[in-house]
Amino acid sequence: MATTLTREQTRTRVKPAVIDGDIHNDLPSPQALLPFLPAEWRDYHARFGTFGYSATAYPRINPNAARHDAWPPGGGNPGSSLTFMREQLLDAWNIEYGILNCLIGAGARRLDQSAAVAQAINEWQVATWLDPEPRLRASLVVPYEDGQLAAAEIDRAARDRRFVQVLLIARTAEPLGRRKYWPLYEAAVRNDLPIGIHFGGSGGFPFTGAGRPSYYIEDHAGMAQAFQSQVVSLVCEGVFEQFPTLKIVMIEGGFAWLPPLMWRLDAAYGRLRAETPHLKRLPSEYIREHFWITTQPMEEPTKPAQFHQLLDQLGMSDRLIFATDYPHWDFDAPDQAFPVRLDPDLERRIMADNAKGLYKF
Amino acid sequence: MPLDPSSDIRRVVAGRVEEIPPGERKLIVPFRGRAGIGVFNVNGDYHALRNLCPHKLGPLCTGRVSGRPEAVAPPSSYAGEPEIERDGEIVRCPWHLWEFDITTGQCLVDPKMRVKTYPVAIEEGEVVVYADPADLPPQPPSGAAVPATMARGRSAE
Repeated sequence: MATTLTREQTRTRVKPAVIDGDIHNDLPSPQALLPFLPAEWRDYHARFGTFGYSATAYPRINPNAARHDAWPPGGGNPGSSLTFMREQLLDAWNIEYGILNCLIGAGARRLDQSAAVAQAINEWQVATWLDPEPRLRASLVVPYEDGQLAAAEIDRAARDRRFVQVLLIARTAEPLGRRKYWPLYEAAVRNDLPIGIHFGGSGGFPFTGAGRPSYYIEDHAGMAQAFQSQVVSLVCEGVFEQFPTLKIVMIEGGFAWLPPLMWRLDAAYGRLRAETPHLKRLPSEYIREHFWITTQPMEEPTKPAQFHQLLDQLGMSDRLIFATDYPHWDFDAPDQAFPVRLDPDLERRIMADNAKGLYKF
Repeated sequence: MPLDPSSDIRRVVAGRVEEIPPGERKLIVPFRGRAGIGVFNVNGDYHALRNLCPHKLGPLCTGRVSGRPEAVAPPSSYAGEPEIERDGEIVRCPWHLWEFDITTGQCLVDPKMRVKTYPVAIEEGEVVVYADPADLPPQPPSGAAVPATMARGRSAE
């Protein structure tokens, strides 16, 4: 049957306030960062050149992986104009709070450069986004491949409580449970900030555990593999025994894969626990206690009713946080995010209350 | 085409034919902040689609117009050079990239889905859309004047 929309369906509704857990702000140009860099790095850029900010291995169908309608009318990259972001996102959808996850530049190979860029990005976020727009909060960009440098940036910047989380990327150089990252977790706990792990990164290794694929669709749909690796590593390395108050938010990774992963881990742990006696509880218990998950893009079962089964299997409905992923091409509109109609109380929790509890809004 | 006086259908002038040359489009009558109608010129034929994607209500008609690459085999077989079919006849919603056939409104991702289309006629050098009033702004009180095309809304290109 053809699907057409009735007048009722398209009528502008009063939109309830929502919290958006994943917005991407961008520099209008690489030069815009220069005023925020220390003199020696400005000099480096003048003498040696600016570095590329993105390290994508595949063309992403749309430039910057952005919505075709998200390029600001005044120029610049999608997500680089606060005015246009207000018009297209914050005002249009009654966003009460939105969390900026800036994906620029913190994974550089050169770690001192990465640290300088991270600090500059954070200062730029304060001046350009947080000061002028009270609805926005931001994730701290950190040089995550160096735990000590990352911890120093967290301790420096976290005094500004508009930074509500520390941002990591799903594809790292080592699995995130490894000890090299622990100073970063220690600093996050010390400053009472969750760790967000966002879709992306290149890490320097093949994107899959089975070598390098050919296509963007494999990169895009295969990102869940990276998230699974991080969940398994964080649990098995004992990170949550070491840091019992650590909170992890998986951003843009989906979650339909998580229930069977918990089943596998729990079953294996029952048989193999002699190898990891530092784990005191079932892997699924650590996961349900320490993880939060943003919604976009969630896997949508072919039979929509199965989405309810998925939520039931997950058992983390108090941990789901709505996100749009603006301005990227797979943007979720707040009124169209779920494949099924949710119980109003549950919808309220996912659209706002769970985020309020986690980020203390 | 003469309107049946008892019909609700409204006649909306999208513009002079030369304003929408082949390969171009024009968005008219944006309504309630979004929606409106996209009028496309595909190889000289005009088509009107509702600017509201039936997938997730994105602004469909502001998306990229392109074609559909087809290949008979994977590229490694050396027989699979993709060919672009129906170039200029496919619009891709800027949200989620679902593709629609401009000439029919048919969705190419989900065959059960189509976007609403409207009859278009060329009348005395003008492109005229015969639109469902439910998809238009309220009729002006005078009742006589049909709303002129509006300049608001950025072209997607």
